[in-house]
Amino acid sequence: MSTILAWSITMAQILLGLAMACATFRMIWGPRAQDRVVGFDSLYVNAMLLLLTFGIRSGSTLYFESALIVALLGFVSTVALAKFLLRGEVIE
Amino acid sequence: MNEVMDVPALPAILTATLLIGGAAVTLIGSFGLLCFRGFYQRVHAPTLGTTLGTIFITTASMIYFSALGTRPVLHELLVIVFVTTTTPITLMVLVRAALFRDGAGSERGLRGEK
Repeated sequence: MSTILAWSITMAQILLGLAMACATFRMIWGPRAQDRVVGFDSLYVNAMLLLLTFGIRSGSTLYFESALIVALLGFVSTVALAKFLLRGEVIE
Repeated sequence: MNEVMDVPALPAILTATLLIGGAAVTLIGSFGLLCFRGFYQRVHAPTLGTTLGTIFITTASMIYFSALGTRPVLHELLVIVFVTTTTPITLMVLVRAALFRDGAGSERGLRGEK
């Protein structure tokens, strides 16, 4: 059973890596600023999922905590970027 | 690469299925982000990864760690709750910003043209 699990974790990591590559391309090529922000949002969510699969592979709960922190800081930064696009400044 | 620890058959198969399903759904969402044209179409695609992909992968993590220890491990529910509540807020603020930048009400802006 361990081989099936290891194989599926590797497969999931490859798929998530491809998803991160798609989001990175959108972040680089995005014709306008809001496209880049959506690409960044998708990038950090995919990175968080990748951290969870790393946690399953290594069997430690440390990765889970870093995934939680990535989700939290990513939300705050995306809202700050959207606020900047809306108003021209983050803190009024 | 370190070795995966051994768990019973049923949790292992469940974990493997949920992992691959979640990763595939996330990839489809990000591919849509890459391929759709226009911002207002593009903004819908990654929500596939933030809802279904996150739920699948965190459930796989919960099942695996519950099988590894002897008691149920439910920390991952935090990630599900957090991501599913924050994604709509993020996208709402972002679409509002995009509407403002396009000049809300103009047809050309809503079609994604400059």
